[in-house]
Amino acid sequence: MNITLKDGIDWVGYIDWTVRDFHGYKTESGSTYNAYLIRDEKTALIDAVKAPFVEKYLDHVRALTDLESIDYIVCNHAEPDHSGGLPVAMKACSNAVLVCNAKCKGALEKHYDTADWKWQVVEDGETISLGKRTLSFINTPMVHWPESMFTYVPEDKLLFSMDAFGQHYASAFRFDDEEPLDVILQEAKAYYANIVMLYGRPIAQTMERAAELEIEMIAPSHGVIWRSHIKEVFAAYQKYVVCKPRPKVIVLYATMWKATEQMADAILEGAQECNVEAHLYNVDSTHMTRIATEVLDCAAIAVGSPTLNNSIMPAMAGVLCYLSGLRPTQKQGFAFGSYGWSKRGGPTEIGQAMEAMKIEMVREPIRAQYAPTPEILEECREAGRAMGQYAEQFPAE
Amino acid sequence: MKKYICDVCGWIYDPEVGDPDSGLAPGTKFEDIPDDWECPECGVGKEDFSVLEG
Ligand SMILES: Cc1cc2nc3c(=O)[nH]c(=O)nc-3n(C[C@H](O)[C@H](O)[C@H](O)COP(=O)(O)O)c2cc1C
Ligand SMILES: [Fe+2]
Ligand SMILES: [Fe+2]
Ligand SMILES: [Fe+2]
Repeated sequence: MNITLKDGIDWVGYIDWTVRDFHGYKTESGSTYNAYLIRDEKTALIDAVKAPFVEKYLDHVRALTDLESIDYIVCNHAEPDHSGGLPVAMKACSNAVLVCNAKCKGALEKHYDTADWKWQVVEDGETISLGKRTLSFINTPMVHWPESMFTYVPEDKLLFSMDAFGQHYASAFRFDDEEPLDVILQEAKAYYANIVMLYGRPIAQTMERAAELEIEMIAPSHGVIWRSHIKEVFAAYQKYVVCKPRPKVIVLYATMWKATEQMADAILEGAQECNVEAHLYNVDSTHMTRIATEVLDCAAIAVGSPTLNNSIMPAMAGVLCYLSGLRPTQKQGFAFGSYGWSKRGGPTEIGQAMEAMKIEMVREPIRAQYAPTPEILEECREAGRAMGQYAEQFPAE
Repeated sequence: MKKYICDVCGWIYDPEVGDPDSGLAPGTKFEDIPDDWECPECGVGKEDFSVLEG
């Protein structure tokens, strides 16, 4: 396995082939926790790995250098998938100073017993010389947590971007040109949608700052390292930060006795008459990870649930809770569903939830009492058509 | 009118500018912002803002 990024800079992380749940994100392709070793006159580690894999990480470091030779361990992000190994690593690397910003120090102190750690707290724009190379620190709040930070090495034009541009993608390869581009871009999209969709504004600002740097390589803390397709992943992120709509509509539903499902099918059929991608997802059979990924770049979304105990189906409530936290923007939509006897709950409640998510509501909820009549199904088809016609205006790429 | 800073992400609410994207017209005092308003950068609520000193 090729682990060398640049002369003197190597990957020392851990490939997590078997992880399938990452705080609720269904990681069907596993993940990696990337960490990097820079050997110069001084020696620095960039980040650690998840706690259970710290010994593997230290083995990777030991294969290249003595642990006593480590002068600095930089922590770009306090989340435990990268910091979990720090308590063991700080003990094992007895001469290492922990380098991070003030917010990160506060967060690490609240996660671990740090009483014995030596610290160097850095400000935005500060640098540390390693000899031939410089570590330059850039605060990137909310990409992904408040303390998040990039580390940039100007001499190598190398950006350690932490979660940004990452992918939950275990692979035998470390570099973007060793893998099919469409596969890794899809993983980068899923990662963006599920982890940081709500932080589009701070990420856009971070990208503006990154655009001022000369970059030949982006080394994120998950997935493959970008060196041949930086332009492509930047262009993709530029679209993601504004949830840029494509000619694509989504019909999302839950159902008990298939009345709401019939309505969903009719909406889908209407949309299929247009020149758009029309998707249909039942929340019971499609994990919310996939749903969030698809919502990121849709233009319009119809959401349906029958009324259950004066409310909506709990699986749908879970998906809506998740989506509303991710704060997708630039979406139109409407609610639909079947009910038995009450006005509240079901489609009414779905409509309220969508409105609270600031989805632009194009019509009142479509409601069917028990099984939908042919007239109601035609109304569904018509609403699907209208949604498709709206989505058609957006460019496909 | 006092400016407020988001303790989480550092975004500054300037009442003279408001937050038009979220329907807060220029001139809206921080005290008059509805409770369901969210920081446009990071999504936290009003309770995570402090007066910007200086
Ligand atoms: C994806 C993700 C999003 C988070 N969002 C927030 C947030 O919006 N506000 C907050 O105060 N903490 C947030 N946190 C921090 C967690 O609440 C914190 O890490 C907590 O200690 C986790 O508790 P647990 O160990 O029981 O999972 C987030 C953490 C993750 C992983
Ligand atoms: Fe993270
Ligand atoms: Fe991470
Ligand atoms: Fe904020």
